[in-house]
Amino acid sequence: MSKAREVLLNPIFNDNPIALQILGICSALAVTGNLYITLIMCVALTTVVTLSNLFVSLIRNHIPTNIRIIVQISIIATLVMLVDEVLQAFDYESSKTLSVFVGLIVTNCIVMGRAEAFAMKNGPLMSAIDGFGNGLGYSVILIIIAVIREFVGAGTFYGIEIMPLTTNGGWYMANNFFLTPASSFFIIGFTIWALRQWKTDQIEEPEFRISKNSLEAEERTV
Amino acid sequence: MLEAYLSMFIKAVFIENIAINFFLGMCTFLAISKRIQPAIGLGIAVIVVLGLAVPINNLIFNNFLKEDALFPGSDLHFVGLICYIGIIAALVQILEMFLDRYIPALYNALGVFLPLITVNCAILGGVLFSIERNLVFTESIVYGLGAGTGWALAIVALAGITERLKYADIPEGLQGLGITFITVGLMCFGFLSFGGISL
Repeated sequence: MSKAREVLLNPIFNDNPIALQILGICSALAVTGNLYITLIMCVALTTVVTLSNLFVSLIRNHIPTNIRIIVQISIIATLVMLVDEVLQAFDYESSKTLSVFVGLIVTNCIVMGRAEAFAMKNGPLMSAIDGFGNGLGYSVILIIIAVIREFVGAGTFYGIEIMPLTTNGGWYMANNFFLTPASSFFIIGFTIWALRQWKTDQIEEPEFRISKNSLEAEERTV
Repeated sequence: MLEAYLSMFIKAVFIENIAINFFLGMCTFLAISKRIQPAIGLGIAVIVVLGLAVPINNLIFNNFLKEDALFPGSDLHFVGLICYIGIIAALVQILEMFLDRYIPALYNALGVFLPLITVNCAILGGVLFSIERNLVFTESIVYGLGAGTGWALAIVALAGITERLKYADIPEGLQGLGITFITVGLMCFGFLSFGGISL
């Protein structure tokens, strides 16, 4: 049981798909302007990655190695089409806002990456748990970004007004920078920084070390 | 006529840059941007594949999948995704064989990047955008090439900056991925300034 727990919780902070594995970043940046849309995207991705891991794992012993990518992509594309149709049926407005990004889950590297790295080698139950865990890890980062962007950019939280805007007679001057795409790059960058200060083993080794400058070195010898 | 195409090209390269403004192909974008040489190779590969994939998928959509296209009353748009991705995969495979046989120099230069492009969201994103915007065939050629050029431009620029940054004294936690994000954020400002241009 503890293995399952580890597989589920590890991707959230220790092996986060966005912050450490560099997977699935495209959508993380594009759909985080408001929390409701972000949550829909998180649910869609978590569903797809969980189910794709489950199905890939179920048929993993029957897939010939050299056509495995095509098999995986067909499974993923079918799941994404289902999610897309469901979304269009029940929430047409959001599906218009998300436009191509739901379709782009097909090429979201988290889904392919987990199918290839985990589901091809492990049993169906574990794979589904791993998929769900990675979906959660993805969602955590997305929700952090969306909350910051929506709060600073529009003064609201999940559409509820927290800081009344000057345009509505309140006191808060909305910071339009947080509505532009550029802001999400900075927020992700700083989130990664914060995460790595906390989990120091994730720090990347620099290619070059700056050597101590010569004055300091002399002082030490003296 | 020519002006319209030119303005569409400029728009796809600068104003609606597929990497910087729509964040497509970000994973490869961040992973392959440490050196200029591979970045150029990948950039060219993306231009070629986008330039082919967008018009071909556009034809497929308009002649087979669109409402009433195949026969009156037919509507196959819901199988779109699986068609596009299949066509992109096949296209990359054929292109790889073609280059290997006829232009080995380019084949060697592109190396491992060509197969990787199948799962690059910039390609599928470009295809989906061209279909969502109802482009006609000639427009889709221009859009495909423009989007590819924009992507290539962005990745080469980022690689140039990252190459310089390796001598910088960066805080430990920001090392690598963190600083790359912040650099792209700053580049994004540059591209935002194109937003005011109307052609």
